[in-house]
Amino acid sequence: MTQTPEPGAEAKKPKIDRTKRIGMAERPAEVRRQDFAEVPEGFTPAQAQAEARRCLLCKKPQCITGCPVGIDIPGFVKLIVEGKFEEAADRILLVNALPAVCGRVCPQETQCEIKCVLGKKGDPLSIGNLERFVADFKRARGKCPLPAPPPATGKKVAIVGSGPAGLTCAGELVGRGYEVTVFEAFHKTGGVLVYGIPEFRLPKSIVQDEVNRLAARGVRIVTNAVIGKLDTVEELLQEFDAVFIGVGAGAPMFLGVPGEDLLGVYSANEYLTRTNLMKAYDRERADTPIFRARRVAVIGGGNVAMDSARTALRLGAEAVYLIYRRSRQEMPARAAEIHHAEQEGIRFNLLVNPTRIFGNDKGWVTGIECQRQELGEPDASGRRRPIPIKGSEFVLDVDAVIVAIGNRPNPIVPKSTPDMQTNKWGLIVADEATGRTTKPRVWAGGDIVTGAATVISAMGAGQAAARDIDTYLKTAEPREWNLPKPEGAPAKA
Amino acid sequence: MNEIRMKRQLGPDVLRMDVVTPKLARKARPGQFVILRVTEDGERFPLTIADSDPQAGTITLIWQVVGKSTLLLAAMKEGDAILDLVGPLGLPTEIERYGRILCVGGGIGVAPLYPIAKALKQAGNTVVAVLGARSKNLLILESEFRAVADEVNVATDDGTYGRKGFVTDAIGDLLAEGMKFDKAWAIGPVPMMRNVCKVTAQVGIPTLVSLNPIMVDGTGMCGGCRVIVGGQVKFACVDGPEFHGDQVDFDSLARRLGTYRAKEREDHEKCKVGIGK
Repeated sequence: MTQTPEPGAEAKKPKIDRTKRIGMAERPAEVRRQDFAEVPEGFTPAQAQAEARRCLLCKKPQCITGCPVGIDIPGFVKLIVEGKFEEAADRILLVNALPAVCGRVCPQETQCEIKCVLGKKGDPLSIGNLERFVADFKRARGKCPLPAPPPATGKKVAIVGSGPAGLTCAGELVGRGYEVTVFEAFHKTGGVLVYGIPEFRLPKSIVQDEVNRLAARGVRIVTNAVIGKLDTVEELLQEFDAVFIGVGAGAPMFLGVPGEDLLGVYSANEYLTRTNLMKAYDRERADTPIFRARRVAVIGGGNVAMDSARTALRLGAEAVYLIYRRSRQEMPARAAEIHHAEQEGIRFNLLVNPTRIFGNDKGWVTGIECQRQELGEPDASGRRRPIPIKGSEFVLDVDAVIVAIGNRPNPIVPKSTPDMQTNKWGLIVADEATGRTTKPRVWAGGDIVTGAATVISAMGAGQAAARDIDTYLKTAEPREWNLPKPEGAPAKA
Repeated sequence: MNEIRMKRQLGPDVLRMDVVTPKLARKARPGQFVILRVTEDGERFPLTIADSDPQAGTITLIWQVVGKSTLLLAAMKEGDAILDLVGPLGLPTEIERYGRILCVGGGIGVAPLYPIAKALKQAGNTVVAVLGARSKNLLILESEFRAVADEVNVATDDGTYGRKGFVTDAIGDLLAEGMKFDKAWAIGPVPMMRNVCKVTAQVGIPTLVSLNPIMVDGTGMCGGCRVIVGGQVKFACVDGPEFHGDQVDFDSLARRLGTYRAKEREDHEKCKVGIGK
């Protein structure tokens, strides 16, 4: 594990403090909690270069091993040091079509940055912020030339779902000369990047730019197309040589406590979709209504819970409680989101579990009863199991409850594709390395295979599947279909 | 795509449109619905498919103007195209040969009932329809029902047409005559469906109802359309919209339907002024 800096890499540089990272400026909490604009302000070129200079440019970089798509991290960081920002972005684009997205939403602290050698003595390199910087730099330059179109293979691939897995798969395949059609159930493309992640964390224009870029490269995009209803996967196979399924895990779970059907109880999906996709925050323009709650309880400890809580605040709530049944350590949310939520005044109620929701005679929520928990032994997910403390019940006065405890796989595609195997959680069984399902010529990847995970892991799956689709379709017939090894990992709850 | 081929007024605030959408027309089955969006800032809202014609490549939508979105749809003209039209969504009705069927429709609920009655008749069932409306001028699709059903009974609240009273009174008449039914469908306002289910439960007729709760996506993603059926949470959009009426928690459904009533009314009024009606 010894890491040696490249000789001469810092010979001409001034003294560098490698223990402290360059922070990215953020808009003050009291300002940003009133609007939907982004929180971090981005690096200046000088800041990016100063941060990049901290990189040891390890000969055996560990950071790359932490990246689900294997970005050449020291490679692009070195280009930043040299001031070649666009080239740095191009280096990332070789393997990651959505750097501006990943720089913002990847959990770097558990992926690339946790592996950074600098982290042993101080702060790890700010890899996510650097990725974001070069991606934004390139975007700001406007017209990115499109890559030269590859020779056409004459083969057609259908992609079901336009979220991170689908878009990545589409990008890889169009770059290899396939005729690609993306089917999206909503009227807008982007999947969870658009309906789920709020504007203040991921500006929608970034996603739209990426989709436009794919369209300019020849990807055909069909919105309002619910595969499994309008066309089945089987029918797509008659028209296309291969089908990739990246429909995500979109069916919200509820708590199963009394009072959950009261007015003012939302799934996070509904709350965020109304706000993000349907722009319900714009009362004057948008027709889609949303309830303007004064006091809100958000249940859950993941990114979606943080997004919901911070959205509620921006919609004008006076008090937003985050209710999570384990402790801070077990929270699955990105560290930055937890930090931002706290800064903005979200009130954390940790080691607390809701037991029932109260309503008035009109059926509107008036409060939520909670019970305190203590942590016991680790459970199947490896996290310590919360155990209720008897007699510790208390009530929070709230007029809305947002449930953000996770999603189940959406049943529409699996149900309408009976000869494609699913596991006991309803997730599609697919080979981890290739994305192949049990149905020939059908690949799957992202949350519909793994259960709720990250944008980048979905992108990794889309990429892996695209490469395997390419390999498969290039092989002369008769082709062999190796069945996936059964049983993916269960979704964490 | 989504061009309006034909538009007609069926009654005060009730309209019919045939919309060109060939693949959807080919795929649509009785009991399914679509989600529409009419303008760029518009909401997504569900409408049941009242009929489909695979040859002409059209689906028929029948709706009542109740808020801004339904009013905006009503303001569209023949030749206009609907911005977004998604479907066919929901599980289709299970059409089999059951025997004698009671088909009960109330108000605008007569529209989604029509394709079901038609398919049941085609499957060899005897179809007895009971159609209800507040008043004669609000009754829709009577002649269409007469064309597919073996018998059509009408009830109006004010007695301006058919039997005076509710559909439950008309059902009571049929039962009193000694008519037996193997299965029933009841589609209409929540109180109507609840009351029909009470009556049919007493005589042991398995009854299906079609629910139309608040929805955003219509694909199982938002959970806004959740209803309690048999004590369990179900999503009307992917698990329904049809459920066994004796298991549906109608109180919860009725409450949830009222979530945005105030905003809906306000927008409707504003919009009416805007359209100059």
